[in-house]
Amino acid sequence: MLELKDITAGYDRRTPAVRGAHLSLRPGESLGLLGPSGCGKSTLARVAALLHRPDRGTVTLDGHAVTGFSHRAPRSLRTAVGVVFQQPRLAADPRLRLRDLVAEPLRATGRRSEAAARVAELAQRVGLGADLLARRPHEVSDGQLQRACLARALVLCPRWLVCDEMTAMLDASTTAALVAVVEDYRAETGAGLLAVGHDPVLLERWCGRTAHWNEIVKDRPPVTDRQHPYGGHVLRP
Amino acid sequence: MTPSPHVPAAAGADASRPGGVEPVLRVEGLSVRFRMAAGRYVEAVTEAAFALAPGESLALVGESGCGKSVLASALLGLLPANAETAGSALLADGLDLLAADERTLARTVRGRRVGLVPQSPAAHLTPVRTVRSQLEETVRELAGTADAGHTTQAGPPPASGGSDRPARRGRRHRLAALRAAAEAAAGRAAFPASHLDRHPHELSGGLAQRAATALALVGDAPLLLADEPTTGLDRDLVLRTADELRAHTRADGRALLLITHDLAAAERIADTVAVMYAGRIVEIAPAGAFFGSPGPRHPYARGLLDALPERAFIPVPGAPPELGALPPGCAFAARCAAADPLCRTRRPALTEGVACHHA
Ligand code: SF4
Repeated sequence: MLELKDITAGYDRRTPAVRGAHLSLRPGESLGLLGPSGCGKSTLARVAALLHRPDRGTVTLDGHAVTGFSHRAPRSLRTAVGVVFQQPRLAADPRLRLRDLVAEPLRATGRRSEAAARVAELAQRVGLGADLLARRPHEVSDGQLQRACLARALVLCPRWLVCDEMTAMLDASTTAALVAVVEDYRAETGAGLLAVGHDPVLLERWCGRTAHWNEIVKDRPPVTDRQHPYGGHVLRP
Repeated sequence: MTPSPHVPAAAGADASRPGGVEPVLRVEGLSVRFRMAAGRYVEAVTEAAFALAPGESLALVGESGCGKSVLASALLGLLPANAETAGSALLADGLDLLAADERTLARTVRGRRVGLVPQSPAAHLTPVRTVRSQLEETVRELAGTADAGHTTQAGPPPASGGSDRPARRGRRHRLAALRAAAEAAAGRAAFPASHLDRHPHELSGGLAQRAATALALVGDAPLLLADEPTTGLDRDLVLRTADELRAHTRADGRALLLITHDLAAAERIADTVAVMYAGRIVEIAPAGAFFGSPGPRHPYARGLLDALPERAFIPVPGAPPELGALPPGCAFAARCAAADPLCRTRRPALTEGVACHHA
């Protein structure tokens, strides 16, 4: 299980981006979390990916309580979650060749020897031509770079995947292709998925279950886009 | 490369012009290639042709890296130094955007004859300044009165005594006019006056987009160029932004060139859709026929629509070819179920709006 209980988190304690959020995900399940931009769902995605420590609340992953660590969760737990963000250009180290970008989690966990074979296998899985692996991020398109970022997220065979607006920058065909890669991986491994996004048509098609931000956050009056078209949704840099 | 004068292109684009109105923009044979190391070239855009009538919106769609952003940069004169262009892009007054020098582009084109609605309004707006101050600065720049408001403050010290009073009064007038012009621009973009004194981070995504649109409208340019204006916006906001862009185009007789990967936005805004693949326009069609019935004719365009989650949600198999190593025949052949030997050897020309041997 991946469980978030009563999570309050953000970058400024006085105005947390997330206040009192709950969600739980069973192995093999896929949950699409819908919310307007700026609602805090990206912060929650980072908490679920064990990349951001909440100010309050608990995160439980496969029975281990993850919260309470001073800075970040221990590596053994973090490697159980693969994560893909919206903007590959911000997520990818611009100096690394795509091959090294994909292999980096292997190196970081001392499994360097597997790198070449794993990278080749994943490149094929995500549809990244072998010639592209020698390039650096500025030499490939957003779509190609996002394919590399997805390969990297899968390289350690995570039991959980968090996709935060993974396809928001991508064209329809690349979107459908990357979603298919994620779903094939899940079908093989039984991994659970939290897909965060703003497009109900996409998430309903992709995920077994969808929830709206308002349903998982308890400490906030329900605000829908329609009622307050421009009010309150502060863009976070 | 020198621009070719008015080549009567065989493109289907001009065939679809509505009754003889002078287009706001006429692009013919536009090609852009980048010189790379070892004498290699990357053919980013090849022989693009289309025209935009007053009031018309054209959506240029395709995946990232297909050349659509390079085309936009070429129109704005913002290509990197290793780019070479061919063809022409004529505005209604006869100015060729590809041949114009940087001085002309900076002084008379960007913001004045071509308004740019940026990709990421939050990034485009200066974070530390209010919307009002950014609008006023743009008004000041475009009105060519930069010396009037700004520089006098830092300029030579005013003469002492009563002699500066008329000058001061003149300055007050100019500031009032500036303020009024900025507020009018905000009003046109439906940006609420109550939010003018906010900073970009205090705005919702929709309002940040309106602020950016207001900036683009200041110069009252006849052509608006919107580069991925809906990326990352919520669906409701995509539709609203699309409607607003369309209103600015329709009602005011402007033309809009929308560069996007977002087919929902394209469907909402466009009168005409142009699909780009591997640097070429492979289909150009009225939006109604393209999104509705009979649908797209080019196999890639059909695949793109089929990939939508509201349709089959099936990706186009394979990946586009490298722009530095394009195959001799149709660039889509490796991914196309209908490809035959002809496709692999002869490149299909854009004829009657589609570039396919078997459409
Ligand atoms: S020309 Fe041939 S390969 Fe190219 S799109 Fe048409 S049928 Fe397919």
